[in-house]
Amino acid sequence: MRAVTWQGRHKISVDTVPDPKIVNPRDAILKVTSTAICGSDLHLYDGYIPGMRAGDVVGHEFMGEVVEIGAESPLSIGQRVVVPFTISCGNCFFCEKQQFSACDNANPSETRDASEMMMGHAMGGAFGYAHLTGGYAGGQAEYVRVPYSDVGPVVIPSEMPDDDVLFLSDILPTGWQAAVNADIERGDTVAIWGCGPVGLFAIQSALLLGAERVIAIDHFPSRLKLARDMGAQILDYTQVDVREALDEMTGGIGPDACIDCVGMESHGFTLDNVLDQVKAQLMLTTERPHALRQAILACRKGGRLSIPGVYGGFADKFPLGQLMEKGLTVKSGQTHVQKYTDELLDMIREGKFDTTSLISHHASLEDAADMYRNWHDRQDEYTKIVLKPALARGVVQTRDQLAMA
Amino acid sequence: MTAAAIGVVATGAAIAVGIRKFSDTGDATSRISTDAPHWVLHKPSQRTMFGKSVLINRPRQEVFDAWRVDRFAEFMENVVSVEIEGADVARWHIKAPAGREVTLINRITKTDPGKAIFWQSDPSSDIANSGEVRFSDAPAGRGTYVTLILAYSPPGGELGRLAAKLFQREPEIQARRDLYRFKQLLETGEVTTNASPSGR
Repeated sequence: MRAVTWQGRHKISVDTVPDPKIVNPRDAILKVTSTAICGSDLHLYDGYIPGMRAGDVVGHEFMGEVVEIGAESPLSIGQRVVVPFTISCGNCFFCEKQQFSACDNANPSETRDASEMMMGHAMGGAFGYAHLTGGYAGGQAEYVRVPYSDVGPVVIPSEMPDDDVLFLSDILPTGWQAAVNADIERGDTVAIWGCGPVGLFAIQSALLLGAERVIAIDHFPSRLKLARDMGAQILDYTQVDVREALDEMTGGIGPDACIDCVGMESHGFTLDNVLDQVKAQLMLTTERPHALRQAILACRKGGRLSIPGVYGGFADKFPLGQLMEKGLTVKSGQTHVQKYTDELLDMIREGKFDTTSLISHHASLEDAADMYRNWHDRQDEYTKIVLKPALARGVVQTRDQLAMA
Repeated sequence: MTAAAIGVVATGAAIAVGIRKFSDTGDATSRISTDAPHWVLHKPSQRTMFGKSVLINRPRQEVFDAWRVDRFAEFMENVVSVEIEGADVARWHIKAPAGREVTLINRITKTDPGKAIFWQSDPSSDIANSGEVRFSDAPAGRGTYVTLILAYSPPGGELGRLAAKLFQREPEIQARRDLYRFKQLLETGEVTTNASPSGR
């Protein structure tokens, strides 16, 4: 089959690799129909995620048609399913508590040691995201093996198109969990750093969960426009002092909840971020947490901080004293996707989410290398890329063409 | 920049060592005894005795019943086969580095039904070893704590141990991974594998 492989920093290629096979009784094999490139794929692309090996098949946002099942899979051939990026057994202590991304069985014995050493306890399993999270092949491919196919996959009614539901795999539940973790109360102002796909879903989720007002922060005009279209007030940090603006918009007390949808590769030309960039280049730090620092300082006393943004290790100049003195509550973590998919599928069907207007491009799987480069270099124009294995090489459908269709 | 950073790190390390020394000077007799299990006390850096516990989300009796000689090859990666030699004696064929195979002859010295199994190797065993596996109830219906405690004399001394470690067959690593496979098998019905295609 054809598959997108990581070959090194800023090196993505599309190769012919062996087809996946059923290994365990609960497995299923999918023929992938749609697979998106995630913001966290950029952390792999930039070489910030340890434990990648040249040749790894990437991609953790995908859906497709069931073509093969193991003896104990409840799926049937021909069903359309969306697959959560988190691989979860459904049986362990964590899965029973619905902390699916902490699954204690999905990360195989051979790969869990390294993450246990780094994190204190072994990380869960995920598709296409380095050997620290299990070393599973991802879904940016024609076919993919799905373990525990009785726990993750969401069966999609035939009348719902791929674009409407694909993001149940990661970014919609991630945005939703980010807002749930912000413990929103009546009258709350919620500030959201980053208007990438997760930020855009966090905006919609926060409003659905009862936020009085959402203020979104970014600097790419097209992303800020999407944020405004989805109901947020917007701040361009190249035009205003974000903290001053947030204070002035909240009578001086600051937002009740702050959500960091940026993660480890923050932009912005400020002293702390320039120092972080230099240190990251010298391999002295993995994190550039400028947005997170700002969120902590901006948040109101006794407020809540939700961190869906991905971090990988140790952060410098982390305002720990400010966190403590202000009495903030912090909630974070990879998304417990399986906990939310049923509820979110219903909400999509009821028209509560706009899941499609962030998609800027459909492209062929064969053009993945170009698309990764565009996703990295032209973030204003490329707000979300969906790769379609059925599209011929060189065929690109842009937002305007998709809207016309 | 780099030199300065190294300086900062070195200073930090020196302070940390100083603090540790200071705290170690307390009167030993005034120390309070700890509730930690005995196998984590006075842990030497080169261990030939270790213990590892895992939580298995299944009832204790079921977990105890599954710890059977005829199922070991399902979850013990380097066990080729285990033959029953007679009452309570088993002959283990185990993969060793460099394509070799070692034979262990272990005798179960005591069984507490549902709770623990103790063993000791015979003198004819290639590796002298002894150990126990314990099963205890986790609180509030959370399943069973399974603890494996293993003591062994590394064949070929430290060099042999190092060589085995390089091949990831060092008993501590192997036992830890096998315990996780046992957990996977009992909880999920499968041994977890990332078996999947790559461009390598």
